[in-house]
Amino acid sequence: MSLKTTALHALHTELGGRLVDFAGWELPVQFTGGIAEHQHTRTAASLFDVSHMGQVLVTATSGDLADAAAALETLIPASVAGLAEGRQRYGLLTTPDGGIVDDLMFANHGDRFLIVLNAARTDVDLALLNTLDGVTIDLLTDRALLALQGPLAADALERLIPGVAELKFMDSVTLDFDGVPVWVSRSGYTGEDGFEVSIPNAEAEAFARALLAMDEVAPAGLGARDSLRLEAGMPLYGHELTVDITPAEAGLGWAIQKVRRPGGSRAGGYPGADTISAQLADGAPRERIGLRIEGRAPVREGAPVFADAESTTPIGVITSGGFSPTLGGPIAMALVDTGSAGATVYPEVRGRRVAATVTPMPFVRHNYHR
Amino acid sequence: MLKFTPDHEWLDPTGDDVAVGITEHAASELGDIVFIELPTVGDSVSKGDEVVAIDSTKAASGITAAIDGVITAVNETLVDAPESVNADPMGTWFFRIDPTDPAQLDDLLDEAAYQALIG
Repeated sequence: MSLKTTALHALHTELGGRLVDFAGWELPVQFTGGIAEHQHTRTAASLFDVSHMGQVLVTATSGDLADAAAALETLIPASVAGLAEGRQRYGLLTTPDGGIVDDLMFANHGDRFLIVLNAARTDVDLALLNTLDGVTIDLLTDRALLALQGPLAADALERLIPGVAELKFMDSVTLDFDGVPVWVSRSGYTGEDGFEVSIPNAEAEAFARALLAMDEVAPAGLGARDSLRLEAGMPLYGHELTVDITPAEAGLGWAIQKVRRPGGSRAGGYPGADTISAQLADGAPRERIGLRIEGRAPVREGAPVFADAESTTPIGVITSGGFSPTLGGPIAMALVDTGSAGATVYPEVRGRRVAATVTPMPFVRHNYHR
Repeated sequence: MLKFTPDHEWLDPTGDDVAVGITEHAASELGDIVFIELPTVGDSVSKGDEVVAIDSTKAASGITAAIDGVITAVNETLVDAPESVNADPMGTWFFRIDPTDPAQLDDLLDEAAYQALIG
């Protein structure tokens, strides 16, 4: 099967990106090096091509956006109806058993919702969305999605898209790039201040080149994106989020607003609501924890985690692990039996147990513009 | 003359013993190396044994012994500065080995054959 390519494919090649298959898309894992790109994002501004993510417009056939919100709330346990125009919110799609189909961002653009989905789950998510009555679901294939992330992102982007500097974290609005309407949200997946810009494919390369021409902007690949989100303590579908992991286990209770919880005016009414509500109230069998690993050897996804150095039965498993450039050592996330982890747990690396300190997340402080 | 393996190791037999490292191609494929675990001097190793563990930001990997022998030295500087391998893979040895049977080196690739292999 041939890989899908984004509007920036030729540019990635020209810039020396190392291209890999990611969820069926050919995308750069790195340009100069993952650690350098990571540090550039924490100190300046990095450009990421995230066009592989599914961009979906949802409109109400009645023309009343409230009808689209009501329909979406039958799949998403967040307050969709309570989201103001020009704002974006994090949400989940859930299974009837209370598991997680995918995580997503949805934005209220006045006459429609814009939803951004994980590439690997776009087909599954679309199948679910297409079961809804009274809405039109439109997967956009003619737009790129570019993320500019880092403390200098606002200054850089303001030169090309006037008005972005006035946005607050999780605003999502239509602005103008050189006469072209673009959809800009102040958000991202790095823990840094930054933006995601949805732009027609035809304009994407010119926009990217204009950004890369600035001294403070450099391209970054999927490798840095993953280490940045790990430091930011953010879960990733396929790792911390799967159909076998519930929102409470993943530590995502905050993505289910009060109004959708028992006693709220629009409580429940989404797949798995009974299980999910009960776990949010009474606790879940497992919990997601953050770990700082002693020594230098990273622990990898799938490694068993033990409560102590001797026990034979694991309390859980590493869901993501890697090297934190900011902390200068290995970090990881794990899913463990609730309450089973003391201050120190012991993941296994190459048959040996290493001490790991349970650490609040994020590992590196978020730097959002609120 | 340098020898190579299909696993992207280089062996330099020009000294009293054989220095072993990884190729430019391997270092580039691995990406930033963040952890290296070295063998112990005096270890007897057999061809095929994993003697070095390498972790990069992308993957866990290793160096397997290309020949039988005894480890005579390890490059301790790599423990605290694993990134020096990325900076100069062909100039950075991991360990030195005293071959039990130097004829085993003849079975390895020369530079032209290795270059042909990685295309």
